Amino acid sequence: MKPVQIEVKNLTMAYDDFIIQQNLNFKIHQGDIFIVMGGNGCGKSTLLRHLLGLKSPMAGEVWYQQTNLWQMNERDRHKIMRRNGVMYQSGALWSSLTLAENIALPLQEYTDLSHDEIKGLAYLKLALVGLVGFEEYYPSEISGGMQKRAGLARALALDPDILFFDEPSAGLDPVSAKLLDDLILSIQASLGTTIVVVTHDLPSLFAIGTDAIFLDSSSKTLIAQGAPNDLLKECNNPILQQFLNRGESPKNGMMSA
Amino acid sequence: MKSCTVEFLANNNSIIVAGDWVMGNVTPRFVDIKSSLASSLSGELQIQTSSLESWDSRFVLFVYELQTYCQENDINFNLSGLPSSAQGLLKQVSAFPVRESGNKQLPAKSFMAGIGEKTQHMLQQSALVLNFVGEVCFSLSRLVRGKASFRKQDLWLMIQDCGPNALGIVTLISVLVGLILAFVGAMQLKIFGAQIYVANLVGLGMVREMGAMMTAIIMAGRTGAAYASQLGSMQVNEEIDALKTLGISPIDFLVLPRLIALVIMLPLLCIYADFLGILGGLLVSVTLLDISLMEYVVQTKSALQLGDFATGLIKSSVFGVLVAISGCMSGMQSGRSSSSVGDAATSAVVAGIVSIVIADASLTVIYQIIGL
Repeated sequence: MKPVQIEVKNLTMAYDDFIIQQNLNFKIHQGDIFIVMGGNGCGKSTLLRHLLGLKSPMAGEVWYQQTNLWQMNERDRHKIMRRNGVMYQSGALWSSLTLAENIALPLQEYTDLSHDEIKGLAYLKLALVGLVGFEEYYPSEISGGMQKRAGLARALALDPDILFFDEPSAGLDPVSAKLLDDLILSIQASLGTTIVVVTHDLPSLFAIGTDAIFLDSSSKTLIAQGAPNDLLKECNNPILQQFLNRGESPKNGMMSA
Repeated sequence: MKSCTVEFLANNNSIIVAGDWVMGNVTPRFVDIKSSLASSLSGELQIQTSSLESWDSRFVLFVYELQTYCQENDINFNLSGLPSSAQGLLKQVSAFPVRESGNKQLPAKSFMAGIGEKTQHMLQQSALVLNFVGEVCFSLSRLVRGKASFRKQDLWLMIQDCGPNALGIVTLISVLVGLILAFVGAMQLKIFGAQIYVANLVGLGMVREMGAMMTAIIMAGRTGAAYASQLGSMQVNEEIDALKTLGISPIDFLVLPRLIALVIMLPLLCIYADFLGILGGLLVSVTLLDISLMEYVVQTKSALQLGDFATGLIKSSVFGVLVAISGCMSGMQSGRSSSSVGDAATSAVVAGIVSIVIADASLTVIYQIIGL
């Protein structure tokens, strides 16, 4: 069994007194591509914010290996958060900085590397996502797909232990979405990074996921866990089957995954 | 943590890397070994990593630079000694075609070309201003004919925002301006024993000039900037495009209510500021200059005529138009990124204040000529 990277115990998430999800229990293992799936409004992105340490849970705990994220002081928490790389839904690049500066910023903040080294690393990360030649461009000057890849390059800047993706394929055409999936797979293969992906894009989650949870908005908790392909074959929960088969009944619904 | 090392063995064409290549450790740079490579390397290069402990991106960068160097100098670079994950990363780096056009480069400009470009830019900018003012005029004519459509409750919200909600700051500033005028005047007038004329100074100063000017500048910083950033972020969110595709003129729908609200409310704020300024002067006079309350009031009454108020009010309606136009124009012409919204707000305030001061000077001269 691979070692556990993140463990969530009895997590309840809420905005004020409106409960989004309750009693979540799951483990994310090292080197997995872990998919958080569910319909719109079931709390996928909220869960991501809890895992990232951006929002404190109403009840329950989030453990990073041996440490409880919400029982340590703020400085230690920031240290842990720094080991995470995040690709936000729309890239979330800083619009007043060029692509190279976007990637250089975390390096300048958290390392004492020389200017040349930072420049070299920024170039390398952009090359990883296929954006060489765009170093001096501003985010508003490149396309949405390129912004996402640049967001990935920035997430990779500090060589993170865990990479989080919020809806990586949202707003991308199928070919670009596939390219981004391939990129995620090859980065995972070469770096061994643990990857957490929030998505409801079926082709993508079947293609890359090695483990997954499904959040249900009606019962407000997770109703299935396992590799997406196994869930498709074995899980009998009607809600999950409907989700995985795009609302068609599993018998006549041929999934093109 | 072991220190990391690079050793180049010229006799068997191999480069040996060892140690911990991670953050917090000083790693050798490629440039350091470039000279020794250049002098004695030819044909083939192997990399040996048997005593490499751990590594991160900087190691990959080092190998990547080495690889690029080898490609440029026709050296066969053998990667097989690398950890397989590092090989995978290097493959990923070179998987994408390098873009031919390269980075955009700004050519060096001559001095004259710079002047030319600035001039052209200014001309374009003035054309944009005229264009916008023209559109607003058309929109106003539609309003007069009853064809312009905007939501009435929007107008009320705008009026509330640039009227009652601004009273606090206008109060503070105008009382202080009245105080300052009275202080400065009192110092001089005391020399002649003519303290009572502080009332004339403060009254005329506030009513003809400072009331209109100060409220306009407050509103340029407060409301003009708010207009620019509201409209700018609507531009970023494509909300303005959504209005256009529905056939709704964004000028009618967004600019008109803002313009009307400011033109109505600024003169009212100006009158309010006039009286509070006079009150400020009165405070100083009564407490420091031994002028009684009635004396001050009577003197002020005799100094001011209704025409003086009219000059201030005309000024402040003109300023209202200027503040609204510069705010809305910066917002409507903002770019589509979050930083351009900030630029729009800045330029709204700058353009607002500059145009207020210029208009004030011109109006004062015009009043002189026509004898108001």
